[in-house]
Amino acid sequence: MSTSNAYTTSGGASTPVIAQQQAMPAPLPPTKRRKVKRKTWQTIVWFVVLIALTALVLYPLVWLFFATFKPNAEFGQNTGLIPENPTGENYLKVLEGIAGVPMWKFYWNSLVLATAAVVGTVISSALAAYAFARIQFKGLAILFAAMIGTLLLPFHVVIIPQYLLFNNLGMIDTFWPLILPKFLATEAFFVFLLVQFMRQMPRDMDEAARIDGAGHVRIFWAIIVPLIKPALITCAIFSFIWAWNDFLGPLLYLTSPENYPLPIALRLYNDQTSSSDYGATVTASFVALIPILVFFVVFQRFLVDGVATQGLKG
Amino acid sequence: MTTTSTRALVTGRRLPKGRLMPRRRNEAPAQRPGQRRRQWRETLAGYGFLSPWLLGFFGLTIIPMIYSLYLSFTRYNIFQPPRWIGFDNYIRLFTNDPQFIQSAQITLIYVLVGTPVMLAAALATALLLNYRDKGAGFFRSAFYAPSLIAASVSVAIVWRALFSTDGPVDNTLSFFGINLGGWVGNPDLVLPAMIILAVWQFGATMVIFLAGLKQIPKELYEAAEMDGANALQRFRAVTMPMLSPVIFFNLLLGIIGAFQVFASAYIISNGSGGPAGMTNFITLYLYKRGFSDGQMGYAAAIAWVLLVVVAIIAFILFRTQRNWVHYSGDNR
Repeated sequence: MSTSNAYTTSGGASTPVIAQQQAMPAPLPPTKRRKVKRKTWQTIVWFVVLIALTALVLYPLVWLFFATFKPNAEFGQNTGLIPENPTGENYLKVLEGIAGVPMWKFYWNSLVLATAAVVGTVISSALAAYAFARIQFKGLAILFAAMIGTLLLPFHVVIIPQYLLFNNLGMIDTFWPLILPKFLATEAFFVFLLVQFMRQMPRDMDEAARIDGAGHVRIFWAIIVPLIKPALITCAIFSFIWAWNDFLGPLLYLTSPENYPLPIALRLYNDQTSSSDYGATVTASFVALIPILVFFVVFQRFLVDGVATQGLKG
Repeated sequence: MTTTSTRALVTGRRLPKGRLMPRRRNEAPAQRPGQRRRQWRETLAGYGFLSPWLLGFFGLTIIPMIYSLYLSFTRYNIFQPPRWIGFDNYIRLFTNDPQFIQSAQITLIYVLVGTPVMLAAALATALLLNYRDKGAGFFRSAFYAPSLIAASVSVAIVWRALFSTDGPVDNTLSFFGINLGGWVGNPDLVLPAMIILAVWQFGATMVIFLAGLKQIPKELYEAAEMDGANALQRFRAVTMPMLSPVIFFNLLLGIIGAFQVFASAYIISNGSGGPAGMTNFITLYLYKRGFSDGQMGYAAAIAWVLLVVVAIIAFILFRTQRNWVHYSGDNR
């Protein structure tokens, strides 16, 4: 019960109040009527400004979508939105892939990496967060501070030693260097988010279970995990998107084209075709974005509210 | 002791039957001798749950950091063992490497201009959206979308196209009589194009600001209005102080995030850091030195300079926060 609450309170729960204010009864004293009129004008201006702003902000994405239907000759000539001679040729070219590897292979690699990241991140972050939020043990304070510290640590400080480590383990050009860290809760952001969430959960239930003789494993699995499901979903979505977008990791560790995920494949398009095959480059970029756009449309509530709660409780 | 256990027992009845604890074994009340054993078991459980994180923390963060500090004092190219050269790498960085100096400069400009502008855009739109609830949800989502993809290679490719010669931006500006040409090929304009990309992802911060605005008690505004404060005064006296912890938090994370920009600079410059080194951000320079030139020791020194700079900026922010960040007691 309380889980769904934690999400809705931060959102626009107060809409009914405003709606009531707007639906005012018709007969009004003159001053009030003027006020209502002013209010209406303000609302219209508000909508116009925001629609203009939305058009500006989303223009790059809309441009990208339409550009995928432009034949190569139109790039640099027709910078408008709508293609003059729309074609599906770009998509056919992109399906063939690049560097002798078909597009579906890049897609598959991205999917494997992102799925593994989701599984690893959710499991390891939830375990760590439970220890930080619900267990009183020696060293808790200092380890928690250390975890917060890694939240602020620039990742680049460790890429060289990490690379050397995975190189010594013979894991270059495999997915392991990209997957293994996810199972070790290296993204402090997710641990932090789950700790914040778990701390909000009432303690009555686990205390009761405690008295009944339940251990931490049981409390974690039977009480906490069901309660924090919305936060776990938020973590899952974000870790998927981050893994899907990750560029530096695959750039460092994957060397043969058949192991490339989409971002590195896009780099090939970007490198090979300085201007010659703009159509394929742009279309491949769009194709790579589709899963994220779908995720966004389907899960936007989790994403937007997840960000809202996480940021506030910091 | 007794109060908590009775309360727990009472609420315990509300637990779903059967799934949890059907039988009750240890009904013995907490006693002194058992206390220590319990504490020991708690510690064991704590480290058990933490074990994956601990492995990652020490194996992939702390030990690598120390090793990278060591490497920064060596010359190392993977093939031969590291050779200790003392402070040579650092001395070379600051006295004999114009590329590094330029890289540090443009990174600082990017971070110190891009982040505040992004925050200002986020705050402005959050205030705008907070004016009205009905219909705001759609705009909130629309503005949020770019922040999910702004760091991706796809968007960098789009940016490159948008800001190229005769691209949509160039064409639109030419229409108004401003002939700037392509931005991505122009050393003076490529950094602004990168900053615009950074600002474009204001949506996530805006969502956080908006949630913060919603939590400011209405009474504060009413009281300020009664005292005759106009909109600007209300903003300065109520909104800013109440929102300052959220602003602080986002400024800190925004700056740290901006230092790590990599993919967009790499793609826009085709991995070169050009034109004229103007997209050669510190992470890109580190990558090129370490992984293209094989100067691992030198790259480790760059990484440590980055770490120290980030730490200094974080320290300054934390120190100045008492001057402008307002923490109110009531957090519900």
